[in-house]
Amino acid sequence: MARSRSGRSDRCSAKGSQPLDENGAARDAAERVARRSYGKLVAFLAARTRDVAGAEDALSDAFAAALAEWPARGIPASPEAWLMTVARRKAIDAARRRKSGEGVADTMRMMAEELEEAAARAAEIPDERLRLMFVCAHPAIDANIRSPLILQTILGFDAAAVGSAFLVAPATMAQRLVRAKTKIRLAGIPFSVPGRAEMAERLEAVLDAIYAAFAEGWSDPAGIESRRRDLAGEAIWLGRLVTELLPDEPEALGLLALMLHADARRAARRSADGRYVPLADQDPTQWDGGLIEQAESALMRAASFAVVGRYQIEAAVQSAHAARRFSGYTDWPAILGLYDLLYARTASPVVALNRAVALGEAHSPNEGLAALDHAAEDARLADYQPYWAARAKLLAATGRIDEAGQSYERAIGLSSDPAVRLFLQERRASLAARH
Amino acid sequence: MKYMLLIYGNEAGMQSAPKEAVAQMFAAYGAYTQAMQKAGAFVAGDPLQPSSTASTVRANGGSTKVLNGPYAETKEQLGGYYIIDVPDLDAALSWASRCPGAAHGALEVRPIRPM
Repeated sequence: MARSRSGRSDRCSAKGSQPLDENGAARDAAERVARRSYGKLVAFLAARTRDVAGAEDALSDAFAAALAEWPARGIPASPEAWLMTVARRKAIDAARRRKSGEGVADTMRMMAEELEEAAARAAEIPDERLRLMFVCAHPAIDANIRSPLILQTILGFDAAAVGSAFLVAPATMAQRLVRAKTKIRLAGIPFSVPGRAEMAERLEAVLDAIYAAFAEGWSDPAGIESRRRDLAGEAIWLGRLVTELLPDEPEALGLLALMLHADARRAARRSADGRYVPLADQDPTQWDGGLIEQAESALMRAASFAVVGRYQIEAAVQSAHAARRFSGYTDWPAILGLYDLLYARTASPVVALNRAVALGEAHSPNEGLAALDHAAEDARLADYQPYWAARAKLLAATGRIDEAGQSYERAIGLSSDPAVRLFLQERRASLAARH
Repeated sequence: MKYMLLIYGNEAGMQSAPKEAVAQMFAAYGAYTQAMQKAGAFVAGDPLQPSSTASTVRANGGSTKVLNGPYAETKEQLGGYYIIDVPDLDAALSWASRCPGAAHGALEVRPIRPM
């Protein structure tokens, strides 16, 4: 009861409250604000207590109440103050209900004290989210759980949502997240932004975790699964947050540019009737010019520091593709040069594949095929659908129709996206016509 | 926070190492220990006799069994330890990376549970 009373009174006195709105956009906006405020408070509490799970527990009821109430009744003028008021009462209640000396009671009492102090300066709660991100992406934390951990602690996604995005059973994901948070506390992982000596490596882990979230969201181009679709947007938001908090890190700007470029093409990846449209066939007028401009300005700023990195190069590739919007053609030799640079840094089989495709476009399909054969020495490409699709296209371009058909067959068998599968089947069928 | 640094290395390699290399290693450990003391991080630390000197004891179900040998036969053996007191894991990892043993074998860093 205490919770709803405090919530309502805060909202009545709020000046900027939004009117009741049943429409989905308002609901999404309320949820987004709730997540931002929640993440900021979790980070604040966790940074002061080193207890991420405890901070989440202290705020969980208040967050649930915000998710339930704000969409229907409007966002309070000071979302963080609202959450803190509710959370403080909950923490005090929880501490009272249990005997002192019990772990939970002590944790809740500590959290209540921290909330008390935070409430005193509610207007200027320090933003500890960057520190929390460095904790989540610490080398002592398993690389596979870093991205889920950031999504949960900074954005408040529950284990089921994170699990479904990363194709992991919710119970398994929950267990891994709990284990990671226990390790943060027991191992004494510091809530600090690394010094210059370690910054590059540690920031890379944070950026990789954000990009993993983006990639998971990106893998659902049709936007059927809203959780995944949202994930790409949330990752962009995290990318913006990092560039705001670390404005002079070129790779953070590079990652943001990369994600914005990709996002600019979101709508163009499908035709009006839901068919897959490959990049080469996309209508550049369908790309989002505003996002492309933001991406370009982030990339320009990154370049001004004259320290090249993986994300900047990948963003530069996307920038070269985006230039077709004005030039009307794709500068494949430039893209090939960028992939050369990227391959020299990463030696990734996927980069080798993309480089072979660029070579096929810039020089000749035969040269592309030779490079592809070389790339395929890495066994990881054997079950990689884009590899077989690229191979089929290059084989078809050299007139090796039968082999092209077989490669399309492999690609079709490996695709998980129905629209891509249909596209590949049509390509395969069109080969027969040339036979 | 207190951490235990467990130093694992290849005993056979150490035993067959030339004299100068062993002397150099001892000197390096001496300097390392001193640096930790100067920084106020050192709590305790000792080298161990080779794992061939180990005995393993189990007293399950009323009967005591003593086995000749270390708890686990591994390629690299526990050869020594340090206990340090530092602010956080990053500081502990930083000390671990400076340990001469880290260049040849591996260091396990374990937080010590406060009692």
